[in-house]
Amino acid sequence: MTASAGTESPPIAISLRSVTKRYGDVTAVDEVDLDIHDGEFFSMLGPSGSGKTTVLRLIAGFEHADEGRIDLAGRDVTDTAPFDRDVNTVFQDYALFPHMNVLDNVAYGLRVRKVGKRERHKLAREALDTVRLGHLAGRKPHQLSGGQRQRVALARSIVVRPKVLLLDEPLGALDLKLREQMQVELKQLQRELGITFVFVTHDQEEALTLSDRIAVFSEGRIVQLGSPAEIYERPRTPYVASFVGTSNIFDDATSRRLLDRTGTHALRPEKITLSPLRGEAPAAGDDEIRVAGEITEAIYLGTGQRIHVRLEDGTPLVVLEQSKSARHEPEHRGDTVVAAWSPADLVPLRGEVAPLTEMEKS
Amino acid sequence: MSLDTARAAVSPPRETAARRVSARLSRTPRLRLGLLISAPLAWLVLVYVVALAALLITALWTVDSFTGDLDRSAWTLDNLRLVLTEQLYRTVTLRTLSIAATVTVIDVLVALPIAFYMAKVASPRVQRILVIAVLTPLWASYLVKAYAWRSTLSDGGLVEWLGAPLGVQSPGYGLPAVVITQAYIWLPYVILPIFAGLERVPNSLLDASSDLGAGTWRTVRSVIMPLLFPAIIAGAIFSFSLTLGDYITVNIVGGANQMLGNLVYTNAGAANNLPLAAALALIPITIMIVFLAAVRRTGALDNL
Repeated sequence: MTASAGTESPPIAISLRSVTKRYGDVTAVDEVDLDIHDGEFFSMLGPSGSGKTTVLRLIAGFEHADEGRIDLAGRDVTDTAPFDRDVNTVFQDYALFPHMNVLDNVAYGLRVRKVGKRERHKLAREALDTVRLGHLAGRKPHQLSGGQRQRVALARSIVVRPKVLLLDEPLGALDLKLREQMQVELKQLQRELGITFVFVTHDQEEALTLSDRIAVFSEGRIVQLGSPAEIYERPRTPYVASFVGTSNIFDDATSRRLLDRTGTHALRPEKITLSPLRGEAPAAGDDEIRVAGEITEAIYLGTGQRIHVRLEDGTPLVVLEQSKSARHEPEHRGDTVVAAWSPADLVPLRGEVAPLTEMEKS
Repeated sequence: MSLDTARAAVSPPRETAARRVSARLSRTPRLRLGLLISAPLAWLVLVYVVALAALLITALWTVDSFTGDLDRSAWTLDNLRLVLTEQLYRTVTLRTLSIAATVTVIDVLVALPIAFYMAKVASPRVQRILVIAVLTPLWASYLVKAYAWRSTLSDGGLVEWLGAPLGVQSPGYGLPAVVITQAYIWLPYVILPIFAGLERVPNSLLDASSDLGAGTWRTVRSVIMPLLFPAIIAGAIFSFSLTLGDYITVNIVGGANQMLGNLVYTNAGAANNLPLAAALALIPITIMIVFLAAVRRTGALDNL
């Protein structure tokens, strides 16, 4: 993957070299190479079954690679047991010990390390205060809400001061409001502790919001790796373009017809402006591509409108219009409009249009 | 909505007697509950409470030593006193208790690794095969299994034949043979609850423990065992109570030894002393009540 060569990069916390993991006939992880830097918030993004969780479990040591090599802070840990690795995991189901109270759960890692009772309770209380749960130390896990359990799980992992924290879809079970709140808290926590976070998610928005860098997974491989802006603005394949956010994807034939270009192209819905068609046929300018079409669906989103347009040649197009003021005139089904966008916003893609594209458009 | 469109819709089902009963039941939850539990409740009262009460009462009667008839007129505590003071009964009670305890410890120790393998290591296919393999012996008759062990442990039996080159001798018929046979017969009853208990422990808890730096032994001690305790107790109740009441195995492989069950059996039959048999039968019942009360105090029954 393209590392930003030349610029000075921090030391490498985790490195994977052609790591492969198979389950029977299924190759869950297929020759993955990956370098994660110290102190980085790194996300692994992909749909379920894309191999991202398996990579996380390989790093944690719960699974062992069939081929390849894994280094943690320069030490080869390919065959090391989980309890001998300097990483900790926050599990999707939190995995709190049901027979221990919150304090004992958090202190467990210290107890295992033979830290004295007073000392470990003091440290556990501090960790609980970090996640603002100091007042619930005596409760059992089943007496807590989902968000609170989540925070206990976090406290339990950070109390042992790992170099790397692995998070396996930790916000997946929370409702939207809580999830947004926890996202902010996670980001703050990571800044305060300065440890490397490796975050697995299938939620592209979450990945874009939180990460320093994102690896997009598909079928056991990393299909693109880069900063959130790179991934969103410059997707390299139709798969990335449609999985991360929504994209209009023009295949080769459509590109030739509409854009007078060859190859596949992606266009983000918010880069398109719509204006009412007034008599004269749209003229394609140098700095703008203009195509007439008809609105087939207009969906109110609160923050704006998602509008489905059928262009005059039959190509479907999704447009996202922000409503900047309440007086903004909404679009209606059946209106004829002109869709316009700048050629600079077209992203050339490699490879064929993935089947996912159609699914994402609907 | 006009009447016409209402009629065009599907007409409601016709009022039948069955529907009227259902409607009445759905309105009166108490009646529903009463009908549901009255039959099993009656059965429980008859089989458990009445039978137990009858046992207790019988223990208070005596047998006329001359005619051999039950004397229902004189109520006496003599039988109970005899059972508590006579040295023979104390010896047999202790022997029965230690056999039951040994069988239970052996079964739990054997069941734990098997159940762990079944629940956490084996693939789903192997797991199914193992569950069937554990259940299969339950389909064979108890007597067949006891006699199978009798021939295995006999002079020149399988154990001697296999053990001879290694210098191993068959324990012969006696208390060790009783323990071996009972441990074998009740093993499935111990494996299954422990297996079910382990299935309920999420793998992520084991991963989490290991992730936090705990080695295998630490995870077993601090995470698996506390969570598995109710299941182990459930299995132990089975093997302990079943061994406590057994008198057939000891007859088949136990040589001249007697357990409480044998004393009850002899007194109820050959010795024709039903009151004494009843008084003796109260011993294992009391032991079980004490055992269950102790288990209850640990809180293990709350999670069953």
